Amino acid sequence: MIDLHGYGPRLLEGALITIELALLSLVLAIVLGLLTASAKMSRSWLAHRIGTLYTTIIRGVPDLVLMMLLFFGGQIGVNMITDWLYYQFDVDIFININEFVAGVVTIGLIFGAYMGETFRGAFLAVDSGQIEAGRAYGMGPWLVFRRVRFPQMMRHALPGISNNWMVLLKTTALVSVIGLSDMVRVASEASKATREPFTFMMIVAIIYLLIASVSEWTFARLQKRYNIGYGEAE
Amino acid sequence: MDALMSWLQAYLAENSIFTLQTLSYYGEGLVTTVQLVFLSLVIGLVAAVPLAIGRGSKRPWVKWPIFAYTYVFRGTPLLVQLYLIYYGVVFVEGIQETWLWVILEEPFVPALIAFTLNTAAYTTEIFHGAIKATSRGEIEAARAYGMSRALMMRRIVLPSAFRRALPAYGNEVIFMLHASAIASVVTIMDLTGAARFVYARFYAPFEAFLFVAAIYLCLTFAILYVFRALERRLLAHLKPAGG
Repeated sequence: MIDLHGYGPRLLEGALITIELALLSLVLAIVLGLLTASAKMSRSWLAHRIGTLYTTIIRGVPDLVLMMLLFFGGQIGVNMITDWLYYQFDVDIFININEFVAGVVTIGLIFGAYMGETFRGAFLAVDSGQIEAGRAYGMGPWLVFRRVRFPQMMRHALPGISNNWMVLLKTTALVSVIGLSDMVRVASEASKATREPFTFMMIVAIIYLLIASVSEWTFARLQKRYNIGYGEAE
Repeated sequence: MDALMSWLQAYLAENSIFTLQTLSYYGEGLVTTVQLVFLSLVIGLVAAVPLAIGRGSKRPWVKWPIFAYTYVFRGTPLLVQLYLIYYGVVFVEGIQETWLWVILEEPFVPALIAFTLNTAAYTTEIFHGAIKATSRGEIEAARAYGMSRALMMRRIVLPSAFRRALPAYGNEVIFMLHASAIASVVTIMDLTGAARFVYARFYAPFEAFLFVAAIYLCLTFAILYVFRALERRLLAHLKPAGG
């Protein structure tokens, strides 16, 4: 068997952190993506501009730079706000940005921009007759969204979401750089300590491939679920 | 030019962070980043063409190893690949006695190897998809003319596949530019490395990282512009008539 020099449990913990981080970021990214898509499709000039600015800037800057900006700059920014609150209103609070929160927020922010583009395309692909039919039934905007637009949009959005998720999963490796003990960080520490980089990096690579395979299978099932009523052709 | 330099110096004199010294770090970082990205893209592109043709081969012993290579390199983070090569290269038996060690000792070469292998895997899949999308009629016509497989590839399949692959390849180039920020993790002074240095030196995260973000943004727009122009030229025949 492979000798892990006692790093096995820590590696497993790291893998759990990677998965937690990826899932939480995915939730944040989907929420932000839906908001961005609605902003970009809205009739309001300002909302449209803000949505476009957000997606353009985020997609033009490397993930690692954004992550460092938010992690190193975020704490200073938060401190400035809490200091101001203390001097102005005598409110004494201290907010500590830890690596995990910084990681989730950054990855969520980055992929919110990508998800926004995916959702926008998918919403536009829903036949407007469907929405009109929903309205004709007397459904309010929220009910139309929940019962008509969302389920049909998902059919078009799932391949894009699946792609984004695969990239997101690999982006989580970057949090090891800002000091979060995900599995890449544990593996790189173990590599240096035991001088066996191949063993540890290979294990991490295999875990990533495993997660990716499980995700692929899950997305294939979801795709089947949302394709109900469209035949086997897709 | 002199007027510009003196204006720049006067402007920078009032600024404690962006001195000519730190700006030169960013300048050197820019050169390193561009070198790293350009070299890995060119080598990756050259390697990807035969790999993509092999990926579509009917022979299983050609097809499956290439598929395994792209699957592994596209399914794992670039950072893991970089660590594997950067830390791993030291442990290759007897490498430190050979002439190779002189170049491998620098982090630049391991990073270049990792980036090249990574982009070659993605590019292979892009080209493979584009080759597969060649319309059957074109292939049948080439066969009817009596072209050999090699001639058909060279004259019919590849030229149109490259055009089809252009938009996806443009995304890959931008992706590589952004991925290259990882090089700073293995102590390379690329753009991000320069920003990290300035941050550590002055404890000024906003100035250091926002400035570098703006440079990356400009580079991204430049690449986008080049690819748009290329697409306009090379994909002109696909535009709707009278457009």
